[in-house]
Amino acid sequence: MIAAIVEARCTGCNACVGACPTRVLEPAAKVPLIARLDACQTCYLCELACEADAIWVAPGEDDATAPAEPVLLASGQLGQVRRDHGWNAPLDGGQLDDYRLLGPLLREGSEIAARRYAAGRTSEAR
Amino acid sequence: MIASSFLRADVLVVGGGMAAAWAAIGAARQGVSVIVIDKGAMGTSGVTATGGPGHWWVPPDRAAREAAIARQMDKAQGLAERAWMERILDLTWRHLPEIAPFYPFGSNGAGGPYVQGVRGPEYMRALRKLAIAHGVTILDHHPAIELLRDEDGRIAGVHAVALASGDVIEIRSGATILATGGCAFRSGLIGSHTQTGDGYLMAAEAGASLSGMEFSISYSLSPAWASTRTLPYFAARFFDEAGRELDIPPPDAGHSHLQALGRAMLEGPVLADLSDAPPVLEGLLRRIQPLTAAAFDRRGIDLFRQRFAVRLYGEGTIRGTGGIRIVDRDCRTEVPGLFAAGDAATRELVAGASSGGGAVNSAWALSSGLIAGEAAAGEAIIGRQRPAAVRGLGRAGFHPRRGTRAIDRAGAISTVRDRVLSYDRAFWRTRETLESAGHDLESVWTEVADHASGEGRDLVELREIAAMAATARWCNAAALARDETRGLAVRADRPDKDGALGHRLLARGLSQVEVIAEAPVQPREPQPVAA
Ligand SMILES: Cc1cc2nc3c(=O)[nH]c(=O)nc-3n(C[C@H](O)[C@H](O)[C@H](O)COP(=O)(O)OP(=O)(O)OC[C@H]3O[C@@H](n4cnc5c(N)ncnc54)[C@H](O)[C@@H]3O)c2cc1C
Repeated sequence: MIAAIVEARCTGCNACVGACPTRVLEPAAKVPLIARLDACQTCYLCELACEADAIWVAPGEDDATAPAEPVLLASGQLGQVRRDHGWNAPLDGGQLDDYRLLGPLLREGSEIAARRYAAGRTSEAR
Repeated sequence: MIASSFLRADVLVVGGGMAAAWAAIGAARQGVSVIVIDKGAMGTSGVTATGGPGHWWVPPDRAAREAAIARQMDKAQGLAERAWMERILDLTWRHLPEIAPFYPFGSNGAGGPYVQGVRGPEYMRALRKLAIAHGVTILDHHPAIELLRDEDGRIAGVHAVALASGDVIEIRSGATILATGGCAFRSGLIGSHTQTGDGYLMAAEAGASLSGMEFSISYSLSPAWASTRTLPYFAARFFDEAGRELDIPPPDAGHSHLQALGRAMLEGPVLADLSDAPPVLEGLLRRIQPLTAAAFDRRGIDLFRQRFAVRLYGEGTIRGTGGIRIVDRDCRTEVPGLFAAGDAATRELVAGASSGGGAVNSAWALSSGLIAGEAAAGEAIIGRQRPAAVRGLGRAGFHPRRGTRAIDRAGAISTVRDRVLSYDRAFWRTRETLESAGHDLESVWTEVADHASGEGRDLVELREIAAMAATARWCNAAALARDETRGLAVRADRPDKDGALGHRLLARGLSQVEVIAEAPVQPREPQPVAA
């Protein structure tokens, strides 16, 4: 769940308010208000919308506890998913150059599980 | 229902995922005015935005397409149609590249762009921009709550709620497309919070039937604390809390994989161990699925070295197959003026009894969107000279059959979720368990239909509960009627396929749910006539 909007970084642009698919946030004078936490689906898309890297989503779907602000600021996690996505990179920035490997890696995982299972079956039968 | 503002468009698209976007683009290209209304925000809402749809993608080579279609027909077990498969392969191939001005296509490793698989947030951002470039008007945070019908029996728009103010807005349209997604019954499945089956409910109130609702046993594995995308987990080994390895058939085993995991999870926590995952995955995960990596980083878990608790998240009709019945090649529903696309529509035409997930669903969402958009634009011209008087078709939440009183909302949702999705019921369906679930679902429906009443944002919530309850009843009734095992519809007490049930099942009705057989699907090839 969304757990923190770091005041020191928030510019009050309210982009996150508009982006949230479940309307968790309400615009406010400066930092948007986390008004309907129970609707949060832990999708992290507010973080992608935040140009100021001010938002931190806690990983649990029922957990909105955040580390203290100085810890968060030092964690390197603010803005991490935006950087990993290459969200603001130019269209030819190569940010999706490994994406074609998704399908092959998924199939490889399935095959590893299938081979392991078949091997387990034969060793049991012996 | 008194609306405080009015809008008009030739074509109205309800929804904000990939099907809605392609429908809006398809309609706008015909030169008509288009409004999109989304419960969430087009770009971030829906399972497309949090996913990464790999489309069914086969080059226009006759032999390659034939082979792909033959494989898919086989999986579909008699309930799909070859002509639809040909169409969606063709449309997907021709149109997906059109997002290029707004989408950062990566390399295909051979000097060209990799097109078939697209990352959700970037894809929906691109589709939103493409729709705007075509002049589409987008209203975010405006869920539709009911359809409107004119005196001639044609759908003439919707009532929606502006979530920011709680005001009702009336939108009149020449033709209306439902692209509201599937229903995951608030299972926690990634990106599915807004998919509560609202489109199914609205269509059924107008007289449409639902098809393929029994094909809803679909789940995805994720950490117990939140649903993520699933790339890293395919090679997982599984352990119980005492560290004993569990005997789980591999993911390819389908239903028996789910059954074994479900049985273990009913007994206690199940831990996944990814030490067998493809070695290169560790270095690539963050570049392919950054949000999956974040779900572990932020708990301080090294997912490739530490075991972690997992559970199964129900996907309902999202990677199941059912939805609003389509009656012609333009994605019309049984209701005049109403079209359906994407997960809101049945995907049996291309998936049959199998899951639409994993390629066919997104090709269907793109294609059915474009098809419906174009056909709706053609009809919208008729809609310009429509009768002025319209009537709202919403019942549950609007007009309680008995006295208004507060209903137990959380209780209703949890009963619905349990009766459709709990592992014991879903993985071991029998006549007996389905009948008992049906009984409980009737009680929830009766409570909601008899007593729920609200306005504005509160009404939106009540409609979501009504839609989930109605969807659960159709899924359950269809599962009972499919007295056999076929594809995703597995019955523990009927392990075999019944040759007499090689047809689609239509579920319909709200006060009374009934399930009827659709006329059998055309045979694949014309049968030679005996001389
Ligand atoms: C994790 C995951 C991975 C997947 N991977 C693949 C894959 O690799 N390949 C594949 O083919 N398929 C895949 N699928 C399926 C595929 O993502 C869907 O079939 C497709 O995205 C459906 O698009 P849609 O537009 O119909 O629905 P969605 O994207 O879910 O959009 C539905 C929209 O309707 C809106 N809405 C709902 N109710 C209302 C209302 N009352 N008023 C207004 N708007 C409303 C919602 O806000 C949302 O914007 C996957 C699904 C999941 C969950």
